[in-house]
Amino acid sequence: MKKIKRENLKQLFDLISSGQRLYIPIKKAGQTNYGIYAADSRVDLDTLKTVKSSKEAFFPQSETLYTVTKENRKIKITQQELEGEDFVLFGVRGCDIKGAQVLDRVFLSSPVDSFYEARRNHGIIVALACSEPEESCFCTTFGVDPTEPEGDVTTWFKGEYLYWKANTEKGERLTALCSELLTDADEAAVEEEKESIKAILSRLPYADLSLESWHGDATNEKFGSELWKELYKPCLACGTCTFVCPTCQCYDLKDYDTGSGVQRYRCWDSCMYSDFTMMAHGNNRTSQMQRFRQRFMHKLVYFPANNDGMYSCVGCGRCVDKCPASTNIVKVIKAFSKEVNSK
Amino acid sequence: MSECTCHQNYKLDTLVPMVGVITDIRKETPDVKTFRVEAPEGGKLFEHMPGQCAMLCVPGVGEAMFSITSSPTNKLFQEFSIKKCGVLTDYLHDLQVGDEIMVRGPYGNNFPVDTELKGKNLLFVAGGIGLAPLRSVINYVLDNRDDYGTIDILYGSRSADDLVQLKEIQEVWMKARDTNVYLTIDRPQDGWDGHVGFVPSYLKELNMKTDKTVLVCGPPIMIKFVLGALTEMGFTKTQAYTTLELRMKCGVGKCGRCNIGSKYVCKDGPVFRCDEVDELPDEY
Repeated sequence: MKKIKRENLKQLFDLISSGQRLYIPIKKAGQTNYGIYAADSRVDLDTLKTVKSSKEAFFPQSETLYTVTKENRKIKITQQELEGEDFVLFGVRGCDIKGAQVLDRVFLSSPVDSFYEARRNHGIIVALACSEPEESCFCTTFGVDPTEPEGDVTTWFKGEYLYWKANTEKGERLTALCSELLTDADEAAVEEEKESIKAILSRLPYADLSLESWHGDATNEKFGSELWKELYKPCLACGTCTFVCPTCQCYDLKDYDTGSGVQRYRCWDSCMYSDFTMMAHGNNRTSQMQRFRQRFMHKLVYFPANNDGMYSCVGCGRCVDKCPASTNIVKVIKAFSKEVNSK
Repeated sequence: MSECTCHQNYKLDTLVPMVGVITDIRKETPDVKTFRVEAPEGGKLFEHMPGQCAMLCVPGVGEAMFSITSSPTNKLFQEFSIKKCGVLTDYLHDLQVGDEIMVRGPYGNNFPVDTELKGKNLLFVAGGIGLAPLRSVINYVLDNRDDYGTIDILYGSRSADDLVQLKEIQEVWMKARDTNVYLTIDRPQDGWDGHVGFVPSYLKELNMKTDKTVLVCGPPIMIKFVLGALTEMGFTKTQAYTTLELRMKCGVGKCGRCNIGSKYVCKDGPVFRCDEVDELPDEY
């Protein structure tokens, strides 16, 4: 266990970023999101949740996959270079780390998505324990431990120090790189911090949120439930929930004409949008009820069915915070629990 | 940080297509053309199985999934029968022999030609452009004729002018051993002395024995009524296979579009046995 004084963190960030890209929560125009660190960046590790999750580091909101040039009738395709350099992702909360594990199931399953895989292999994650979990948090429901998130390095804020523990070989290498700024520490302060976090967790409004009614395969029973017809009603189909979500994977493939060629790029898409499944022959989800149901069925039923029971929600609560109509996955989970309990 | 060597392990990503050249175009009907596609250096771009699909892409225009209509037993090229019905297909219909397009695949599962279908009497039921995926199976079966029992092919379309692959049907399929071909069109037409009527009703008229495995492809409404007719005739759901079609972007079960419940049509399909289809949530 190591530690570094809060007041020396800028030196730490300067040191790390001198040899590689450092992605870290940065406050800009009143909002905190992951960005590439520069000496004048306003690093913000106090805000618990960045607006968008850290998934962008591995699965960017938009990325070019290949470029096509045409000469007469001949086509030439050039694949975009894959990530080739290590980078550090600093300050990642337990929920976002679980989010990356969920996306691993999607992008690293056969056939592997090489763009994602290269970034994942080159990313070094410095996790940060959640000193003050918030009211919209329910990560423990999905098996996340916010007191000790699993990164290559795990860190904790306690008093005037950031405590630092390397967990993997990558983490050891980063620790060695930063050794001049890190001093030895004992674990007592961290243990105290973990207890304090647990005490907060037990008092949160969603502390008792249970997935009991979502275990096992009940696809058709849940799909056919009358509850969706009420639950979807506030949904405006804005797609905000999908864009802030650490596990939403849906993407679109589009072309951009640069004038000298065509770039094929991938960008996030949303199952909430009416044209998401539209094709020449028709559309199999024509109502917002169907699209709303798809999102939650995917997270709580379909994804677990394909992934050894792993849910595709990590309880970060961003959708709870950001939905303009105050509808969210917690309401869905609870509605079905009530139905089960009233039977 | 240490020198990265991981790139040596990567191959071209599955989302990145290959260049294919159009070496032949056949106008089948007023709105269907069959395109022959080869690698620029000649030969097939990849190997596939009957029922599998591939993404065809025109840079700056679009990309979509099409069934591969040629049989894997064709060692020279691959073919796609494409109906003109949207931005991309409009563009494809304007292409000329010698033009290059982009192709990636093959994607999806296939009709179980080497397992469940082997040794069986086969009944193919197709409507309109739905013949495209079945043609791959039919030619595969005819090229491996001894591995299968009797073959019956029931094919219908809106009019006589809309029958796809008519030349091959008349010159190859109708002359093949132990093979019966039944054609029908929706409405009477001058010069047509064959059957007139919808596919499901013709199927019932033919009153086939239930000792067959059925492969059905066509418009969703036709599939629905064909399956109903088969049930009435005494066939079970496990005797019938069909293909599903939903919007696709990636082709590999990741972009999140073509799922029905936990199944992705691009990866777990497009071929489903009809009892499997029944278990899916009703959203296709």
